[in-house]
Amino acid sequence: MSASTDDIHVFPVSIAPPDATLWQRHVVDAARHGLSATSTLLLGLILPTLLFALWWTATERHWVAEQILPPPAFVWESLKYVLDTGELLGHVKVSAVRVGWSLLIGGSAGLILGFGMGLSRTFKAYVFPTFNAVAQLPVLGWIPLLIIFVGIEEALKITAVSIAVVVPVALSTLNGIANIPQALLEVGRVYKLDSFQVISRIVLPAAAPSLFTGLRQGVMQAWLSVIFVELLSSSEGLGFLMAYSRQLSQIDMVIVAMFAIGVVGIAIELVLRLIESRLQGWRRSAF
Amino acid sequence: MSDTTTTSTASKTAFNWRGLVLPITFVVAWYAATALNLVNTKLIVPPAGVVTTGLKELTHGDFYLGIALSLWRDLSGFTLGALTGIAVGALIGASRLADKVIGPTFHTARQISLFAWLPLLSALVGTGDLSKIIFIAFSAFYPVVLGTLEGVRSVSKAHAEVAKVYGFSPAQVFFKLILPAASPQILSGLRLGLIYAWLATIGAEYLLVNDGQGIGNTVFKGRMAFNVELIVFGLVVIGAVGNVFNRIAELIEVRLLRWRAPAR
Repeated sequence: MSASTDDIHVFPVSIAPPDATLWQRHVVDAARHGLSATSTLLLGLILPTLLFALWWTATERHWVAEQILPPPAFVWESLKYVLDTGELLGHVKVSAVRVGWSLLIGGSAGLILGFGMGLSRTFKAYVFPTFNAVAQLPVLGWIPLLIIFVGIEEALKITAVSIAVVVPVALSTLNGIANIPQALLEVGRVYKLDSFQVISRIVLPAAAPSLFTGLRQGVMQAWLSVIFVELLSSSEGLGFLMAYSRQLSQIDMVIVAMFAIGVVGIAIELVLRLIESRLQGWRRSAF
Repeated sequence: MSDTTTTSTASKTAFNWRGLVLPITFVVAWYAATALNLVNTKLIVPPAGVVTTGLKELTHGDFYLGIALSLWRDLSGFTLGALTGIAVGALIGASRLADKVIGPTFHTARQISLFAWLPLLSALVGTGDLSKIIFIAFSAFYPVVLGTLEGVRSVSKAHAEVAKVYGFSPAQVFFKLILPAASPQILSGLRLGLIYAWLATIGAEYLLVNDGQGIGNTVFKGRMAFNVELIVFGLVVIGAVGNVFNRIAELIEVRLLRWRAPAR
């Protein structure tokens, strides 16, 4: 890639002349690659190290009160403690289960709406204006009304997070289907495919990137709103852990919860990338 | 936007009456259910009640004060987040070294769900306007950085070489080449940032409800007082403001990008 061209000066061409044996070239490539990877890693670590040093110094020199910003060692102890007792994983699990159910419920509703509007012009004419108007309201706006209707228990979290998932999934599905090239559909007509074949062989593969975009945005919205609704009213979950610790002024635990939220966020990102690469493989074979 | 077939050219100009069926049915059902006492009218309030509450609020000075304060927080936070976002995005996009130094931290911090910053922020800078504005700036910052980054990376090599040949100064490169070439992506990043900023404004006001005034505070206090009329009215206002922001952003986008059209 572009990064490796930078390091040509480090390994002059003479080391790996064009007539070098294959394994020699492999060794040089690997070394080159390793070196650029190491330098990338080191450069990437500068900013976190500086921030950490700032945090450490600020608490060591008592620039800020310990109750407002606890020292890193204290946060580390708290992290170890909640990991040992299993408390942290328990909260992570509760939040993850909520996201899972909401993805299932909101995602199915979004797919039905999106496919309905994408495949039937009549359905779209009836539903789209209302859907679009409702979609303009930030999801969090619904929560006070939902509290009145469904209370503050589990139903509130699932409903609120599901609503957050429906909108991006439905919109991406609709866009994906609407943007299928007419030529592809005509090919289907020429080959006299039945409607099931049209959907499975043309519509789904052609709309797959948009469907995936919908999934990605849906998951991200779900993760955002589950934390919000847990901060607002909950008795378990990562958001609750934060809100509760904040009330007790245990900022160390607030930071531990932030850390856990970040780790889950990274895990979600990695899973999404895995699905994306699989999807692209499947798409190529489907066409 | 998705009507691609030739048959729909006529219906595009005609008003879509069918779109009104669902909202009208909803309001009629709502009205009938409350008028015939089919539901608990304490929970599902009659539509007329929402209208009277709305009209009463509209004559009340506090309501306008709340909206003005929310808008002020929203826009100052957005401005702060957008300016830093464009700067950071342009830096990461233009310099490979900056990308390697800032990029990993930025992309990792991005994975922390937005609202998770609020408790720590409130501990560090309090629960007043300052922490809300910083939080709103944060919410706008991420999408603006991503949009700018994408835009700056899309500047073509050929254009950059032309600029080099003509001996552009770094300031000229930035204002005459990068900014115009990246403007579509920057603008869509800004639009997304505007949406997120409004979401963050309402969210922060819900979570820090006892501190200060704002449209979010009003709605959430309506929840505590079980004033469903006020909640519904507040939701309509929140949705309307979001809608207006979106429309304005769309208009600005079209207006600013008009020069690009003949180039195609």
